Amino acid sequence: MHDKTRIRTTINGEPQDLLCEPRQSLLECLRDIVGLTGTKEGCNDGNCGACTVIMDDRIVASCLVLGVEAEGATITTIEGIARGSQLHPIQRAFLENAALQCGVCTPGFIVAAKALLDQEPHPSEERIRLYLANNLCRCTGYDKIVRAVQQVAAIEEAPQ
Amino acid sequence: MSDREYAVVGTRPVRHDGADKVTGRALYGADFQAAALLHGYILRSPHAHARILRIDTSKAMVLAGVKAVVTAADFPQGPDRMVDLGDGDVPLSYVRGNLLASGKALYRGHAVAAVAAVSRHIAEEAAGLIEVEYEPLPCVLTAPDAMQEGAPLLHEDLKTRELGEPTDRASNVADHLRFAMGDIDAGLAAADVVVEREFRTATVHQGYIEPHAATALWNNDGRVLVWCSTQGAFVVRDVTACVLDIPVSRVKVTPMEIGGGFGGKIPVYLEPVAALLSRKTGRPVKIVMSRKDVFEGSGPTPGSYIRVKIGVRNDGRITAAQAYLAYEAGANPGSMVVPGAMCIFAAYDIANVVIDCYDVVVNKPSTAAYRAPGATNAAFAAETVVDEIAEKLAIDPIEFRLRNAAKEGTRRADGPKYRRIGCVEVLETMKRHPHYNTPLEGPNRGRGVAVGFWFNIGFPSSCNLSVNADGTVNLVEGSTDIGGTRTSIAMQAAEVLGIAAEDVNPSVADTDSIGYTFATGGSRTTFATGWAAWEAAQDVMRQLKERAAKLWDADAASVTAEAGVFRSGDKVLTFRELAARLDETGGPVVGRGAVNPKGVGGSFSGCIADVEVDPETGKVSVLRFTSVQDVGKAIHPSYVEGQMQGGSVQGIGWALNEEYYMSPEGTMLNSSFLDYRMPTALDLPMIDTAIVEVQNPGHPFGVRGVGEANIVPPPAAIANAIYRAAGVRMRRLPMNPPAVMEAIWKQRD
Repeated sequence: MHDKTRIRTTINGEPQDLLCEPRQSLLECLRDIVGLTGTKEGCNDGNCGACTVIMDDRIVASCLVLGVEAEGATITTIEGIARGSQLHPIQRAFLENAALQCGVCTPGFIVAAKALLDQEPHPSEERIRLYLANNLCRCTGYDKIVRAVQQVAAIEEAPQ
Repeated sequence: MSDREYAVVGTRPVRHDGADKVTGRALYGADFQAAALLHGYILRSPHAHARILRIDTSKAMVLAGVKAVVTAADFPQGPDRMVDLGDGDVPLSYVRGNLLASGKALYRGHAVAAVAAVSRHIAEEAAGLIEVEYEPLPCVLTAPDAMQEGAPLLHEDLKTRELGEPTDRASNVADHLRFAMGDIDAGLAAADVVVEREFRTATVHQGYIEPHAATALWNNDGRVLVWCSTQGAFVVRDVTACVLDIPVSRVKVTPMEIGGGFGGKIPVYLEPVAALLSRKTGRPVKIVMSRKDVFEGSGPTPGSYIRVKIGVRNDGRITAAQAYLAYEAGANPGSMVVPGAMCIFAAYDIANVVIDCYDVVVNKPSTAAYRAPGATNAAFAAETVVDEIAEKLAIDPIEFRLRNAAKEGTRRADGPKYRRIGCVEVLETMKRHPHYNTPLEGPNRGRGVAVGFWFNIGFPSSCNLSVNADGTVNLVEGSTDIGGTRTSIAMQAAEVLGIAAEDVNPSVADTDSIGYTFATGGSRTTFATGWAAWEAAQDVMRQLKERAAKLWDADAASVTAEAGVFRSGDKVLTFRELAARLDETGGPVVGRGAVNPKGVGGSFSGCIADVEVDPETGKVSVLRFTSVQDVGKAIHPSYVEGQMQGGSVQGIGWALNEEYYMSPEGTMLNSSFLDYRMPTALDLPMIDTAIVEVQNPGHPFGVRGVGEANIVPPPAAIANAIYRAAGVRMRRLPMNPPAVMEAIWKQRD
């Protein structure tokens, strides 16, 4: 057993203290300490993107961040994307375009797509594919995922 | 072709579980939580083949936080017997031995012991303290090597079955089967051109993003409760009960959401082990595989060695076809070489055929199904030979296939005569497709085509419907939903009931709460469980007509129902109005559907691939790709397209990059997603689809199934495209840059 460290963060707009072991990743802290299991573990070595979260305005693979590195960080997970009962336009686009099959990569894709569209509201297909290349999906072949993001990117007003 | 218009079938509603899956609320295997939960970790063999001389768990047991350690010795040690766990008879010892190795480790990654502790980290630490003394043995990694006289034997007691008969020959060949019809010698003699080639394909993994995860609680009442990610909750129940030697009624499996499977989550790896750990600790135990565990310890699909010989007359008619297939089963027999053999020439009407197939054990993980298992390897071989022949005869490759295409009445070499099939329609759709009719310009570019077949399966399925007072219907079914089948099943019920898809609330039940339902696999779920839903909906409608008749004091036979409106004479009630009056007419209305359908309709798929080959690096880029498939009837076209796109891209990955890259000692050297290179969004174009609907007469809505056939043709189509781009015939998968470069250099020499 290792001594635990208190880490102060803001997660999905709420202050959240994490009491974590030095060896616990941010992914483990989110899932096992806070109970936010929407962030998925697919590989635990930064290669699949299922654990993607936004940390201080950057997307990170939360399996590659230690919990103790999150001191003072502002984190958005998939659970923080919808506005209350209103789905985010990206979430709606995923549903309307059937951009998910098993759905386990979906949280990572939606978080990454939101980060992209927040920075660049109207990315090209090439840019979408490049940005989402960190996220593996084995079910869809990406076609409908790219189309879902394109649909949102085609909206005049940038989604908030 | 399917031309009936439906109200719900063929539309594109938002899937019922969609909101949960875009908000992170859906709970997958690893998301399960319980009070006092312990975490398991599995220690795996570092050797590909080794005798296990001694296991000492004492140091692990005393680590703070460790609660239990188990080995194979903790399984009930009943005598070996044959058990049927849904996929034919297999020896119990193989099933048990793959969960935890007993006596010998047969592949690197073979589970040897398991620990339960208060955290995953402590369990992992403790596993490192287990001392295992191994006597390493020589290993064999490919089918041709394992078939050599004098090759190291994996199972000393394994005797070859030769053409259906047992022999006393100990070897790594579990089974040799032959399918034959006509006169192969006469067929070859009648040919003007004969082409014979040999092929090798690497072991590949299904690559689902969610690692295997299971939690088990051996409860104080003696029942074993399981929560897991699986393609078949009843398969998990039956295997767990069988291995633990308890009745199936003592096991309850609750399927969590499943994060992909493609056949790889039909086998059981974790649940009985977690149950053993739970029995020792009295607490629920969760085991989640790491990605490395998934690669090394779960079933990939076989690598293979294949020879194909095809004879053809100058008029483009195939006179004879011969094949030899040897597939690597991995550590235990059952490589899916037989379906591969049945599919290899399935798209063609050929009079003279001989197919020999060999199921060969090697020191790699025990293989599992992967989307049309066995067929992709086979099609890579057959469809590239077909392409070569078409080129030699200067016949368009689609036209050549059309001249030889299987149709209703064609007999396959393994026996069955086709009923109505859509092979010709698929080829004609390819031929007409704008993609095929748009010239491909530019240097180093080429276009290739190929076709493939998969049987699809039926098997038992159950579905219950209960009518709510607000006019909606709750649907409970037993097929785990791997890609939107809650919706495709609910839509079939809604169509019969005359209500909207959104007015059916589907859920996937645990094994206590629904009748037996076979695994989600074999492209069967929309076909078979959809049929169960159709039958349950018929049952509901029969009862509702009786209720309406009661209210109207009419004869039930006089009541008609159409588009959700019940009528008898001038009396009219909508589905919703009638649903509100169930209490006064006899109480709840519950419909039941339980089927074991036989009217399975096989599915043909074809694809057109444009590639560009970089002559300096050998890198192949896919420029444009179109997938065509006869699905019978597309219940939800968006998810049908999704299956076609997903299968195509898995086929592209299989073609160009994916392989188990093994050291001579049997260690997989690329057991991460960094080095096992699956396609990313950046590697691909949009994947165009053309749905062909040749109705399956054996299903109420004409469904055939869509999940599998689409993966079969892509590697062959890409090989054929590479030939047209770079002038080299590729006969080995993957066709990665070094392989393509080597072929280009060889050709330049």
